[in-house]
Amino acid sequence: MPQHTTGEPDKMPVDVPADVAPADVDPLVQLVSPTGERVVEPDNATYRSRVDHLTSEDLRALYRDMVLTRRFDDEATALQRQGELALYAQGRGQEAAQVGSAYALSPQDYVFPSYREHGVLQARGVDPVDRLRLYRGEDHGGWDPNEHNVHLYTLVIGSHVLHATGYAMGVQRDGAVGTGDAARDAAVVTYFGDGATSQGDVSEALVFAAVNNAPVVFFLQNNQWAISEPTSRQSRAPLYQRGEGFGIPSVRVDGNDVLACYAVTAEALERARSGGGPTFVEAYTYRMGAHTTSDDPSRYRARAEEDHWARRDPIDRLAALLRAEGAWDDGWAAGIEREADALGERLRTEVRELGAPPATAMFEHVYATEHAQVQAERAWFEQYENETNETTGAAR
Amino acid sequence: MTSATPQTLTFARAITEGLRSALESDGKVLVMGEDVGRNGGVFRVTDGLQKDFGEDRVVDTPLAESGIVGTAIGMALRGYRPVCEIQFDGFVFPAYDQITTQLAKMHYRSRGRLQVPVVIRIPYGGGIGAVEHHSESPEALFAHTPGLRVVSPSTPQDAYDMIRAAVASPDPVLFFEPKGRYWSKGEVTTSPYPTVAAAGGADVLNRARVARQGTDVTLVAYGPTVATALKAADTLAAEGTSAEVVDLRAISPLDVTAVAESVKRTGRCVVVHEAPTFLGSGAEVAARVSEECFYSLEAPVLRVGGFHAPYPVAKLEHEYLPSVDRVVDAVDRVLAH
Repeated sequence: MPQHTTGEPDKMPVDVPADVAPADVDPLVQLVSPTGERVVEPDNATYRSRVDHLTSEDLRALYRDMVLTRRFDDEATALQRQGELALYAQGRGQEAAQVGSAYALSPQDYVFPSYREHGVLQARGVDPVDRLRLYRGEDHGGWDPNEHNVHLYTLVIGSHVLHATGYAMGVQRDGAVGTGDAARDAAVVTYFGDGATSQGDVSEALVFAAVNNAPVVFFLQNNQWAISEPTSRQSRAPLYQRGEGFGIPSVRVDGNDVLACYAVTAEALERARSGGGPTFVEAYTYRMGAHTTSDDPSRYRARAEEDHWARRDPIDRLAALLRAEGAWDDGWAAGIEREADALGERLRTEVRELGAPPATAMFEHVYATEHAQVQAERAWFEQYENETNETTGAAR
Repeated sequence: MTSATPQTLTFARAITEGLRSALESDGKVLVMGEDVGRNGGVFRVTDGLQKDFGEDRVVDTPLAESGIVGTAIGMALRGYRPVCEIQFDGFVFPAYDQITTQLAKMHYRSRGRLQVPVVIRIPYGGGIGAVEHHSESPEALFAHTPGLRVVSPSTPQDAYDMIRAAVASPDPVLFFEPKGRYWSKGEVTTSPYPTVAAAGGADVLNRARVARQGTDVTLVAYGPTVATALKAADTLAAEGTSAEVVDLRAISPLDVTAVAESVKRTGRCVVVHEAPTFLGSGAEVAARVSEECFYSLEAPVLRVGGFHAPYPVAKLEHEYLPSVDRVVDAVDRVLAH
């Protein structure tokens, strides 16, 4: 199914069945092969130089966050199956794209995620329980965006890509671009998927970012599937070329190669922070799980394809690299597993303990200032509740 | 413009001066939209602002309404106070998603942690002989969305005061400008720029105004139809009927208290707006008046407004728009009860 290979767009089949494993794509920035060897080629020298400084300790830190993200995914999926979450959007298979890119961020950079970026949140330190409040139905957000410079999840596909662009335009106006001060210069990264590239808002964001030279990195995770629609239903041309059409430097990276994802993001962020403007990154990866817990991928995609990508598991790849470079230690790895077990235990306990907010919370923060309609309806509701409680003796 | 002496300004210029005052008073205020910079806006409301405040603060945007509002949200999240111009009413719809799913809900879904003080200025309404999509009144669509404030001034003084309060307010505000009134003139007295704390609760964003006192019938209007209602009141006065005119100023929040207070005295109510009456803001006024004033009403509440047809060709707009005659006719009917 070579629909993602390069070449003339008019030669590309657009309606191939999704029952064959996709072929490798080219060009593709790759620093670690699926079997865990460093890829050394003349045309990835720039990116190789971006990871030269990473120590074994750094690689193990990446591995840790990827494993914890995977465990978070499994636990959240189980909690949904037990009726503790209304829904959950699985990120399995995208840990390298998310953790790798997030590792390139500075504290002052800002992230606008979609709703599947659990690995980005893990790397940014957003509390795991807070990450599930939205899916629990306890909160529409769940964390303080300004605590970790991570905006709330956005469920309307592509809308937040414009917010990221506007935020970056604000960063420009604050004079926080191109000063050369590494603690001051800032950039914005926004995450979205292959389905989102069809949204007008994403194209408009590319227009605004390009003409304003905004310090924003468009990080597309092409996980091959927008619920049931393969990427061939979103685009005839390879998606990384989308940025180029807007005059934005664009690159396609192996999204299951954590070092490559780190490297391309680091390069893009440096361009943005130094005043070089936006970059478009396509991380070529795979959604190993379902779209959400409400989805059944067996309806639309073949087991052979899933098996193909299972052999390209990003966590296995990093583990192989660590082993190949003598950075693996069984005791250390067992420690990560224990940490993952503890995370699971905490989620199972604390997510279950998340109760419903008080009913009157639905009237709070509709407006930042008093609004007569909300006030009147809240007053009515409170009186109604009180009268009902007096009649029934019920707590609510 | 710092003098407290009233000046005579056009409606459009009053908004310009209000924006100028906001830009001068708060370095975080930005003006953005299509043609708002070098050209000063197609109605010249932003005339001269880019020259005085620079291209970074008075921004000519790409021709993409969703992009304008979406990036404005992002800039607001960074601490800016963008004032977006949508060139004409009928062109707001590409931004409808950003306004209703994002702008309106950001404060709420963040449990108050985020504020998005974005103002969206929309020249609206008809009567200027324009082509399709240039004469519409979509305010009820936005007032139906919790989280948005929706206002429309009817005089140059209110235009000046309301745009400044809207910009200073921490809430998103849809600011509907009656384009047919842009060149009407009135006296404008300037005042100190409002604080953020004062702006959200400011009377001009929350309270209706009695534009003319009367005893026999209450005419409820806002934006462009306040002038229509006042002319109708003149005509009615000549016929011996005393009409009170209530200018709502805000559709959201709706000042039900002020309307009810008036209708309880007059016993009769006619609502006038250019938007189609079916599920329009007049329907809400009528419902609330029936709840609040049931025992004071002498007649059913009537509405005078647009028909349930797309805004017609310019050659027919004067038959479509609520005219003085149609308002007087409605008053005659409520008086007949």
